[in-house]
Amino acid sequence: MKKKIFVLMLAFVLAMAMVVGCSSEEDSNSGNTGAADGTTPSAAASGKVSTDGSTSMEEVIGVLGEAFMQENSGITFTYNPTGSGSGIQAVQDGRCDIGLSSRSLKDEEKESGLKETVLAYDGIAIIVNPENSVADLTIEQIASIFTGKVKNWSEVGGADGEIVVIGREAGSGTRDGFESITKTEGTCNYKQELTSTGDVITTVSSNPNAIGYASLAAVKDNVKAISVGGVAPSEATVKDSSYVIQRPFVLVTKEGTALSGAAQKFFDFATSDQAVALISKAGAVAAK
Amino acid sequence: MKNKVFETIIHGVFLILGLITVGCVLLITVYLIISGIPAISKIGLFEFLFGTKWASTDAEPSYGILPFILTSIYGTAGAILLGVPVGFLTAVYLAKIAPAKIRTIVSNAVSLLAGIPSVVYGLVGMLVLIPGIRTLFDIPDGASLLAAIIVLAIMILPSIINVSITALEAVPKEYEDASLALGATPVETYFRVSVPAAKSGIAAAVVLGVGRAIGEAMAVMMVAGNVANMPSLFQSVRFLTTAVASEMSYSSGLQRQALFSIALVLFLFIMLINATLNFFLKRNKEE
Repeated sequence: MKKKIFVLMLAFVLAMAMVVGCSSEEDSNSGNTGAADGTTPSAAASGKVSTDGSTSMEEVIGVLGEAFMQENSGITFTYNPTGSGSGIQAVQDGRCDIGLSSRSLKDEEKESGLKETVLAYDGIAIIVNPENSVADLTIEQIASIFTGKVKNWSEVGGADGEIVVIGREAGSGTRDGFESITKTEGTCNYKQELTSTGDVITTVSSNPNAIGYASLAAVKDNVKAISVGGVAPSEATVKDSSYVIQRPFVLVTKEGTALSGAAQKFFDFATSDQAVALISKAGAVAAK
Repeated sequence: MKNKVFETIIHGVFLILGLITVGCVLLITVYLIISGIPAISKIGLFEFLFGTKWASTDAEPSYGILPFILTSIYGTAGAILLGVPVGFLTAVYLAKIAPAKIRTIVSNAVSLLAGIPSVVYGLVGMLVLIPGIRTLFDIPDGASLLAAIIVLAIMILPSIINVSITALEAVPKEYEDASLALGATPVETYFRVSVPAAKSGIAAAVVLGVGRAIGEAMAVMMVAGNVANMPSLFQSVRFLTTAVASEMSYSSGLQRQALFSIALVLFLFIMLINATLNFFLKRNKEE
């Protein structure tokens, strides 16, 4: 009996030692970075910038991060592609420096002390299978296709065939952007709800009667991006707002809380004139 | 004395390692219950479990998960219906009839099937099965409950085959010899003597298959279409697992809490299946 108690106690002590060991290590780590940020706020800055959020912004933020790290070799830049909702939540919880969202902040989010800075605009392309003869739709036609009022391609000038509507999952920035622009929130009648831009493109490219939406930057030759109201989606038409299906890429920060030296540096870099070319290289249109 | 202290220390280390597993299970259980209860109490248990409409991001959201529950049950049942006969008969063949050479080849193939990652099943399903179903049944889109059932049926084959083989091989040889000596043919012996003797082991294999099918997310997400429809064979459907996985990354507020509640429901389902499995295994031992 005594031995059993001893063993249990020993186990407990060892477990505690592990826990304490882990946490103290963490403490000293965060202490280090904090000191580095505190003592060298600018100039030869070192430290970390962590961004978290929208998967649609992957290309834009990837290009910006790469260029930023080349310029500031001491700073480590990280990007965690979790989705707009998670990114906003991460800023809220202080788990990252800058949140990335491919939709504007909701009022309740702004009220909770978050601030948005529009970095760029992204066109949402309406994509169909390359075999499809339809090349142009009005925004009303698109809305009635997605809500299921128009069910056959022949009703909008195409060949006979039941329209297969492909969308994204609830909460996706692309879906939110598309549905709010076409005013079809909550009324879309999807055949499939897929969880990534790539899946949507793959599915549309393999089904001759499919229609879907995807970030303009991600659209390649295997699908056809149709023009909306006579305007083809391109960087130029998104920039002059003649192409109407577009949404903002937003940097989310906490109101009233100063960014760390490194994060502020990245923020300034991303919103500078220098970044404009990089953003357009990534397929989006800079807000500046 | 020294030896004894050493023994005691080693005991302690093993105990900690054992407790890590127990700790993980407890942590997950407690976390799921804590994060799953709030949404259920906000939405109402009846409305949540038996509501037929899921529209988590609408202006007036509704959170009914009956479509997911039914889809998971139908999908699993369909996979069992397709997978169990194939798996069971394969097991009988491999355990009793097959010559050694064929047996080696087939069991290697079965192990290989078990090792294929689920995302690969999903990808093959997406690129081959979905267009195949579309052209075969002449429907506009192939992503459907049927596609998910076929993928799941293939995925549960290895566990059914392997566990059934073990059960069949555990049948004492004397039973079979006695049956053969009484004049029964080998096939009669296998189905009238060996299979009944191994029945609780085979039941355990089926339950294991159910567990695997109901918990699968990745492959199903890629072939089922993920629309929250009430289940029907050629419709795009959403399972309990995919409901959690597909919306989690962008969710917020009550939507996120409701996803945890779905996970809790799924967790209870799997607990139930595990309890059934334990029941069969225990009975197996007692016999």
